[in-house]
Amino acid sequence: MSANAVELERVSKRYVLGESHGGYNTLRDAISASVRRSVRGTAPRTEIWSLDAVSLEVERGSALGVIGRNGAGKSTLLKIVTRITEPTLGTSRTRGKVGALLEVGTGFHLELTGRENVYLNGAILGMRRREVDRRFDEIIDFSGVSRFLDTPMKRYSSGMYLRLAFAVAAHLDASIIVVDEVLAVGDLEFQRRCLGKMESLEQEGRTVIFVSHNLEAIRRLCDTSVWLDRGRIRAAGATADVVTAYLAEVVGERADVTYEDDADLPVSLRRARLLDRHGRSASAVPRDEGFSVQLQLTVRESVVGLDCSVFLQNLEGLRVVEETLSALEGRTTRLRAPGVYAARVDFPPALASGDYIVGCWLGTSTETFVYVDDALRVRLVGASKGRSTPLVELGAPWHLVEGEAP
Amino acid sequence: MASKLSDPWVENRPSRIGVVALRELWPYRELVYFLALRDLKARYKQAFFGIFWAVIQPVAGVAVFTIVFRKLANISSGGIPYLAFAFLGLLAWTYFAASVNAATTSLVANAALVTKVYFPRIAAPVAALVPGLAELAIGLVLLAGIMTHYRIVPGWAALTLPAWVLAAMVVALGAGLLVASLNVKYRDVGAVMPVLLQLWLLATPVAYPSSLVHGGWRWIYALNPMAAVVDGVRWSVLGAEAPGGEALVSGAAALVLLAAGLLYFLRTERKFADVI
Repeated sequence: MSANAVELERVSKRYVLGESHGGYNTLRDAISASVRRSVRGTAPRTEIWSLDAVSLEVERGSALGVIGRNGAGKSTLLKIVTRITEPTLGTSRTRGKVGALLEVGTGFHLELTGRENVYLNGAILGMRRREVDRRFDEIIDFSGVSRFLDTPMKRYSSGMYLRLAFAVAAHLDASIIVVDEVLAVGDLEFQRRCLGKMESLEQEGRTVIFVSHNLEAIRRLCDTSVWLDRGRIRAAGATADVVTAYLAEVVGERADVTYEDDADLPVSLRRARLLDRHGRSASAVPRDEGFSVQLQLTVRESVVGLDCSVFLQNLEGLRVVEETLSALEGRTTRLRAPGVYAARVDFPPALASGDYIVGCWLGTSTETFVYVDDALRVRLVGASKGRSTPLVELGAPWHLVEGEAP
Repeated sequence: MASKLSDPWVENRPSRIGVVALRELWPYRELVYFLALRDLKARYKQAFFGIFWAVIQPVAGVAVFTIVFRKLANISSGGIPYLAFAFLGLLAWTYFAASVNAATTSLVANAALVTKVYFPRIAAPVAALVPGLAELAIGLVLLAGIMTHYRIVPGWAALTLPAWVLAAMVVALGAGLLVASLNVKYRDVGAVMPVLLQLWLLATPVAYPSSLVHGGWRWIYALNPMAAVVDGVRWSVLGAEAPGGEALVSGAAALVLLAAGLLYFLRTERKFADVI
């Protein structure tokens, strides 16, 4: 008998484009499509294999990291493991109860109180009432919203909402837990607590499958990882090796990238550019001059609390800096009215020389609209002045005088 | 809780019909309860009269029926005061129509859940049958008042009332499963249902007694399972004429509808997350 908790055997998933996103949603479309088919013979359908013969095994009590670009099939993989959708081909097997931390707060109803929502959300995640009863105090403790338990959730702040949602999901009595990018939302303190909680879940002997763009979190949590690329496994094995291979590929010459407009989203990223000190496109800049990242954004609908951030990762997958628009402008940023915006972040010369991957995020404290972890690449050239190789070189001023300190 | 070697493997592979999902409804019974509770609470939160709004629809309906069917068309209600006759018929019908409507949108309204969490999908349309029961109970209290006014005393047949309510639930579930899964793929269903239910209401003895239908038509009329349900409820509570042999046809029609709804639902449910 194998000691695996999850096994995937040549799992494939095909999506027919247009079918999943509003295409065939009315009878008229279906009828007109079938008329077109009969007139033209075969229909020009675009198929996408979101997963293509993926096989993998996860040992009981271990944590598997899943990395890859947007659209590589990571979320589809989780949906098949959790049985949200069925594979087109192949078989996925799980042993033990599967719990999902997919998008926190999915099952909350704003008119209900926090207490009612804990039970509702527990039931949605497959917990029995008695289980919730038993862990209720623990959940409330973890969320820190005990004073507002009998308040309708529409009066909650987004932070409270998030904490309660994660608390319920994290106290699931499941032996296999799949996690999809929960750490992309919330403040730093919240992210740290989530990560800590997930580490303790793993130590309790549960099996964890963790999908994230946050390579640092993957490194911390997972011994083994797989790298998905266009539905196939590009690399699998020890996390350190997989992450290094992934980053080596992601770092290509990229100083100016345009993106296709996604009309389904209220906001989209249209273009990202790397600029040197003189405002010219550049992918390599002198370390001691600093550089800028310029984003072209389209805001289609006004979104309350819309925020934007730019972050830098080094090749070890460590997130070195993240600059958020709201840190400068306060909670309500100027990205309020629909329109086209150009946003620029100027990075002062503080980072050590080397290669960095520039990512960008657009969203609110509860929702993510755009998350590109590998938008641009920047190489900071020039020898470091220090005696070791630190992450940052601030050039902090020294004051040296002769004599005793005053 | 670590997984044990004794835990059975659960498979996810291409399948034609999701029988597993039916078995899993039982362990997820509390989800049905909480979904129903959520819908009920959300519907009447911040409404001063709360759930008492539930009776406004049958009360308004009775007013219209009294004018149109009683005063203008002078339809007989078989010795039973028309007010009680029509109000009870409307209570049964309102429960049915509200449940089918709720079931129609049950999956689409929970689209976020369907695409992000695994649960037996059938829990959503099943939960849609529950909130109407609370509204029905309140309507029955009002009916008791009307019956007291007319001095109608229910006989032993009143004990069969739960069975008739169950029958209404079966018919609503059959229709609800069918339209709920159709609505996932074709949103037109949501627009068609109100019209369809309006026509169905006219084919059901709500405003008039089924004795108006004569001869061979009675058997065709009985193909509407709600006809027997409304007749049965009236027999049970108001002591109207007992449903005859046509009720068997209605019962069979109800079971066929339920089987068809279940079959179609289970065949399509594995694709819901991809299509919704």
